Amino acid sequence: MEYIQQQFIQMFGAEWGAMLFSLATNMTFIFAIVIPLLLGVAYLTFAERKIIAYMQIRVGPNRVTFFGIPWLRGWGQPIADAVKAIMKEIVIPTGANKFLFILAPILTIMPALAAWAVIPFSPELVLANINAGLLYILAMTSMGIYGIIIAGWASNSKYAFLGAMRSAAQVVSYELAMGFALVCVLMMSQSLNLGDIVNGQQGDSLLNWYLIPLFPMFLVYLISGVAETNRAPFDVAEGESEIVAGFHVDYSGMAFTVFFLAEYSNMILVAALTSIMFLGGWLPPVDIAPFTLIPGFIWLLLKIAFILFFFLWFRATFPRYRYDQIMRLGWKVFIPITLIWIVLLGLIMQLPESVRKLPPLNIWF
Amino acid sequence: MDRIKKFFSTFLLFELLKGMAVTGKYLFKPKITVHYPEEKTPQSPRFRGLHALRRYPNGEERCIACKLCEAVCPALAITIESEQRADGTRRTTRYDIDLSKCIFCGFCEESCPVDSIVETRILEYHGEKRGDLIYTKEMLLAVGDRYEEQIAKDREADARYR
Repeated sequence: MEYIQQQFIQMFGAEWGAMLFSLATNMTFIFAIVIPLLLGVAYLTFAERKIIAYMQIRVGPNRVTFFGIPWLRGWGQPIADAVKAIMKEIVIPTGANKFLFILAPILTIMPALAAWAVIPFSPELVLANINAGLLYILAMTSMGIYGIIIAGWASNSKYAFLGAMRSAAQVVSYELAMGFALVCVLMMSQSLNLGDIVNGQQGDSLLNWYLIPLFPMFLVYLISGVAETNRAPFDVAEGESEIVAGFHVDYSGMAFTVFFLAEYSNMILVAALTSIMFLGGWLPPVDIAPFTLIPGFIWLLLKIAFILFFFLWFRATFPRYRYDQIMRLGWKVFIPITLIWIVLLGLIMQLPESVRKLPPLNIWF
Repeated sequence: MDRIKKFFSTFLLFELLKGMAVTGKYLFKPKITVHYPEEKTPQSPRFRGLHALRRYPNGEERCIACKLCEAVCPALAITIESEQRADGTRRTTRYDIDLSKCIFCGFCEESCPVDSIVETRILEYHGEKRGDLIYTKEMLLAVGDRYEEQIAKDREADARYR
């Protein structure tokens, strides 16, 4: 690293060399995150189809393979899907606002990928170790909704518009519950930096993770995360049996695929955040030899995969909520619960030191 | 008391967990999918697939151009033209079935007094142009010649119930 930096400085001079060097390292980092992420999205769709199929006693995609290798049957499916999507025509409806129509998928995927900049994969492996990491994440995940609203508006179609309206209302209401759940995490960790949040969960075993003291918040966050990403059972924004496909009815080919990528990378993002906030991020479940030898980012990936499995499991199990039920759950159940929990946590924090260290309370502090 | 019970079972997500247990159990159950091109579901001898025209063992075609099938066909898929042959019998000169109209109801087969027009077990056929699905007399006779053994066996198996 040092050597390459020296080379850059020698080639381009002190000022330009340092700048170009940081640009080159950042670009490498970005590609190292985005390319595996997109591959992960591709194989998440495969996992989703396979797992849901298995839960419905079917077998799922089992034909496309690589070079005719029989035990890889089905693994080529996401690649085949991607090739198909790229080849297809992007139809722009006559009445659509062309500029906004093209802009919408870009606006959706941009924050979905940008949010990954602050995710710490291990104590050192983080692209941007900023102090307001959590605020940045909240800002980025709420920006994704603009893409959906613009897509619904630009399509100039009733179904798309209905989908966009539903999606906007839903994401805005669940953002609140999600934010309040994260406030609890902040109160525990005393920091907005994601790395510090994970470090705050350091201990002998998984009993130190925020999962245990903040279990209700974990559930609220997980369910809000499902709602936030417009996944079943909260997928009224798409609601194929009611409004065809919601905001992306009129999108085809690559433009649709970009929405798809954004939805799934948001899903992975929510899973990553859940594992960082509540499941101890890169920390191994037990702090002894065989577990500590495995590098941190593998633990993070395992936790992400675990949460994602739950997302797929929810989709295979629960029927879609009615629209007013979703609103009721968000405003009348989750927000009161989180508010009560914040007050409770604050009260515990204000107790004198000697009382806080007593057994039932010491799981919190 | 009931309200308290309901409150807790809702808040502890008890019903949701029960639902997830069901789907979780099914994840490990044996799968019942039939892997189609390699495996096929069993067919009944009454299966109504592609049509065929049959012949008598001596090679004479069975169809006597009575046009009952044409009359009974609810989709108007059958077109027949006939004339008298040199030996005085009546035979068809044209027997077309438009398979893009056909609804595979089997009425033609039921109505046939000489068991000439039959439906076989063949279901995997296709046409690449629209005209490909209009089967002419020659094509139908060829299908009949090719699968006569199977057709005869299926008629035999079903004869008791007719």
